Amino acid sequence: MKDPGREMDTSYSTVMSRKNEILKRGTGIDYQEYETSRIAFDYEGLMASPQYSLMDVQRILKETGVGNTPLVELKNLTELVRSVSPPGKGCRIFIKDEAANPSGSFKDRRAGLSIHHAAKLGYTGVVAASSGNYGAAVASQAAKHGLKAIILQEVYDSRKVGQPEILEKTRACEAYGAEVWQLTVGPELFYIMLRVLEETSFFSASLYVPTSILGIETLGYELAQQALQQEGRFPDMVVITHAGGGNISGTARGLKKAGCHHTVVVGVSVDLRGLHMASDFDFNRKSFTTGHTGFGIPFLTLPDRTDVPRNCARGLRYLDRYVLISQGEVFYTTELLAKLEGMERGPAGNTSLAGAIALAREMDREQILVVQETEYTSAGKLPSSQLTFAKENGIEVRRGNPKENLPGKTIVIPESVGQVEVEDFDIAKIHYSYIENALKKANDYAPTEEDIQFLAEDSKSTIPYVRETIRALNGKK
Amino acid sequence: MADARKGDLVQIHKIILKSDQRPDTLPQDTKSLPYESWIKGFLLNEEGTMGDEVRIESLIGREISGTLVSVQPAYDHSFGLPQKELLSIGRELRKK
Repeated sequence: MKDPGREMDTSYSTVMSRKNEILKRGTGIDYQEYETSRIAFDYEGLMASPQYSLMDVQRILKETGVGNTPLVELKNLTELVRSVSPPGKGCRIFIKDEAANPSGSFKDRRAGLSIHHAAKLGYTGVVAASSGNYGAAVASQAAKHGLKAIILQEVYDSRKVGQPEILEKTRACEAYGAEVWQLTVGPELFYIMLRVLEETSFFSASLYVPTSILGIETLGYELAQQALQQEGRFPDMVVITHAGGGNISGTARGLKKAGCHHTVVVGVSVDLRGLHMASDFDFNRKSFTTGHTGFGIPFLTLPDRTDVPRNCARGLRYLDRYVLISQGEVFYTTELLAKLEGMERGPAGNTSLAGAIALAREMDREQILVVQETEYTSAGKLPSSQLTFAKENGIEVRRGNPKENLPGKTIVIPESVGQVEVEDFDIAKIHYSYIENALKKANDYAPTEEDIQFLAEDSKSTIPYVRETIRALNGKK
Repeated sequence: MADARKGDLVQIHKIILKSDQRPDTLPQDTKSLPYESWIKGFLLNEEGTMGDEVRIESLIGREISGTLVSVQPAYDHSFGLPQKELLSIGRELRKK
């Protein structure tokens, strides 16, 4: 095969202008078919388009050993949380041990169905842009299905210095036999993905296609069933690490399919506010490469900012509450899980567990809270390697009150479990920005009744709220 | 003497976009830099010296060309150093 783009015009703007046709061939989906106006689209129609029922997905994932991970009660951690909770508070904390999946994270569910689908449609290979567990999951699933995989990773700053966690992901992807492109900082990851897709005619294993979200539905469904079978009740709260929105969307959809209509769905992100995600300077001043506000907030307020025309990961549709936690609190929690529960797992996957420690203190003792993932750990993916790297990059690390955490400057490891607290992010602000962005994108288009209904559904707000916000935004012009 | 022979695992470097070809929407620190990539594969040339333009066969069998920058590239990420801010957490818990 040739080098990407030796013959075609490969300038940035020309490749970007071919985006829609490249993605149509790369996903096998004509997104145009689902557009209903300049604002609305048929989300459920798009989700149904690959034609897999939940039972189909479960069966397909099982064929490669994905899913059916244990739901483990964290009794010692619950005890510790109760010791700092008000009387009668401190609910039971359970964790879904997703590290037990073949490549070590829930991302196998996400990759599993997409790669099966790609093989079924006759693609000979797959392309994914991911510096995290998803890349490894795609590479692993491609190996299982006999397809080739190309993984594009944002790895290095301009000094060729890379986060240990991402370097580990390069190693894992290559261990599964993938061709890995290690790239410097920049959103041109999408541009190079389009070029590689055009060159290879491979399948675009985007995180945001319908099959990716359908795969995660099995996680929500499974944990609901397990809670019911093991404890005789559905979870009262499910806590989910939030980045692009897929984890929330898929899990919440699965919960609904299992019949959990009263379970509170909480998203948690690591607070990295103030760091610019496309900045070469800021790139190595963070210890978390995903599950943070740099993805979390923009993906809630403008979900279609992705590598496909319409994003099937629509976190805001399913979110009851969104909370933030600091890097130091996640490292502390990772230590708690290892020392108290004998489960050594990767820090990034423990973002939701750190949030859960704070949230459990508000809940009644008999209630059940489920943290819906863990991830594997290894060299690079450990608090010790990540803090070593942080110090090398000029970050101050100390024990103290985590409220003094300052993204890009200071990581504060709590001195006691009582100091682990979440900050509630104002959902009303997100609703407002979401509507503002949708109108801006539609460019001077007057929303119809159908659009207003779509916006209300897509933001989990109400029709009167959307109407009022549109009026307020028009008044601002 | 050559640094690598045909069939050796090597790493190549490619500039994908020069600074002035990158989008204007980037923060200034990033925009002022080229967009670069590194890829590993097996050397297709009979031999190669660091800095040479070479061709490789990637892990999935694609042919790619670029500048030879490393021979037998190692994974050198580690478990890191012991961190005093973490080491005491386990003992604090056991005291309770």
